[in-house]
Amino acid sequence: MSAPVLRDVSGPGALGGSWRRTLDLLYLIAVTEFKRTYFGTVLGYLWTLARPLMLFGVMLAVFTQAFELGGDIEHYPVLLLLNIVLFGVFSESTTTAVTSVAAKEGIVRKTQFPRLVIPLAVVLTALFNLGLNLIVVFVFIFAFGVDPQWTWLLLPVIVLLLTVYATAVSMIVSALYPRYRDVAIIWSVTATALFYATPVLYPLEAVSGKLREFVSLNPLSPIFELAHRWIIDADAPGLVELTGGATRLLVPIGIYVATCVFAVWTFNREAPRIAEAL
Amino acid sequence: MTTDTPTTGPVVIEARDVRKTFRVSTQRIDTLKERFTRRPGAEVRDIAALKGVSFDVHQGEFFGIVGRNGSGKSTLLKILASIYRPDAGRVRMAGRLAPFIELGVGFDAELTARENVALNGVLMGLSRRDASRRLGSVLDFAELQEFADLKLKNYSSGMLVRLAFAVMVEADADIMLIDEVLAVGDAAFARKCMDVFRDKREAGRTIVLVTHDMATVQSFCDRAMVVHDGEVTFLGDPESAALEYYRLNFAVEGTERGPDREVPDLNVSVLDAHLCDPEGARAENAEQGVPIGLRLVLEARRELAEPGFAIHVYNEEGQEIFGLNPALAHVLVSAGERILIDGTLENPLLPGRYFIDLWVARDRDQGGALAMQRTHLLDFVVYGTRPGAGNVSVVNDVRARVE
Repeated sequence: MSAPVLRDVSGPGALGGSWRRTLDLLYLIAVTEFKRTYFGTVLGYLWTLARPLMLFGVMLAVFTQAFELGGDIEHYPVLLLLNIVLFGVFSESTTTAVTSVAAKEGIVRKTQFPRLVIPLAVVLTALFNLGLNLIVVFVFIFAFGVDPQWTWLLLPVIVLLLTVYATAVSMIVSALYPRYRDVAIIWSVTATALFYATPVLYPLEAVSGKLREFVSLNPLSPIFELAHRWIIDADAPGLVELTGGATRLLVPIGIYVATCVFAVWTFNREAPRIAEAL
Repeated sequence: MTTDTPTTGPVVIEARDVRKTFRVSTQRIDTLKERFTRRPGAEVRDIAALKGVSFDVHQGEFFGIVGRNGSGKSTLLKILASIYRPDAGRVRMAGRLAPFIELGVGFDAELTARENVALNGVLMGLSRRDASRRLGSVLDFAELQEFADLKLKNYSSGMLVRLAFAVMVEADADIMLIDEVLAVGDAAFARKCMDVFRDKREAGRTIVLVTHDMATVQSFCDRAMVVHDGEVTFLGDPESAALEYYRLNFAVEGTERGPDREVPDLNVSVLDAHLCDPEGARAENAEQGVPIGLRLVLEARRELAEPGFAIHVYNEEGQEIFGLNPALAHVLVSAGERILIDGTLENPLLPGRYFIDLWVARDRDQGGALAMQRTHLLDFVVYGTRPGAGNVSVVNDVRARVE
């Protein structure tokens, strides 16, 4: 046995310990969660693909038939599908994250590990789903005859921006939930509100006036507008013209950055005491 | 590798002035409304769970932490395991740690045993590959091979404890923190735990055990620490720690229950206990059919009127095979006097493992009172090549013949 080296034990935290262990844990938890979602279902992983497709079908029917929206928007159905799949990453990770730390009570109360692993694993699981879903999206993109463009290569940038924001929000809600159980209710309403306040069902240019101004404050809006231009329609109006000037764009960017800073601060503050609050 | 002098080995756990206070409200604040509508300062109490605890644990040591419920010992263990953060003070530790807390390791009831074993292996510092490689040996140890793919929510509590203990043991950590493992499970499992403790100590691992069971402390621990009301009231040899523990319990519970209910080992201590071979030499084990010599040296810690002794021999399944009841009738043993119990017994035991428990009673003329109880005082193996049915082999001349 090698000579023991004493190291400080500082209690649980957001991060800490070896990176190898953190990554192993992250991967293990994400994979088991991913498997568990469809455990016991007849269709298994097919649901990953079927669920957004069904939602897509409903939305498409409602918005093209009932509201007759999207007629003048190029490739509206594919845009809708892409948006639903992308927003799915955000909504799936944040709503699952709310109770994620509390649901892992068994390991939180009995073992030491970087607490950040739990919300990160939730986001990672959502990314696994996204990976499968994007295959379907691109099948439709080709089927609907969208012209390939070099900006498709920028898809990872969109996913990254979305993932970072989803992670930040997941960190906030998962850290606060053990202390304030209200978070679950508040977030379920907020997530629904965000779905409509983000250009998912409609591109930003399709709305006007006060509503457009309001929606352009949403930090998720620029991400979806980028996706619209980069993936579906290179000729769609740019962010700057839509929001009414580069300075206006600073608001969503500011909110985005502030959310991330707040997330890091909150999670760091709560992580050492999560085990006590459970 | 054995460590002959564990308390002189290098320090692997160092705690200095560790403090922890919990803020509790008579009503739990779980919602925002409760938080904002609560009158400031109302119904909140600070409970100091640990008021400055310092100690060292050395490599290869078997270290006991004892204390009543609410003494702070579990909080201390959780701080050592990095689950709680101390308010003040410093804890340093060397090596990989495997905690076993509140009768378990970190299990997720929604996952199967297989998935949990992998997850816990990684939690305890193994690589993913190592963790899944040990699945087989974990399930073997826990005797749960058939249930590898069953979700833990469908496990019985006994199965859960077995699996948890197996996970902890197979993680092969340098330091094991164990909280009350012996409180549950059957006799066979408790014995298995004991064997593990023995093996791990021989292998130079460090074990910290939190327990209520003074017999375990006395028979296993190198040193023990008594925690009372958030403070260390004793740290040293296990015998004295047990005495201190009983003194504290007794002081708190008051005297109404009377000295008759006074708990073990305060009255009698065991100075020596061993088996002998037919030549009278000290022996660890016995050969089948060869008489066993028994020698016990006890010291009275207080006056004992008419003490009686019960020596019970159990097999590995916890069945009692036989008992002996020597007594000192009409004798008053004064404090400090020694009592010798020795003699030879016929050995009808089949090959296997056996345990001897010792009970001491006093005041036989007044109905008797328990003065001491020590389970697993001795542990020995009978070796031989003639297995048989039942529990003992009886000298006989039974033969079958055709008439």
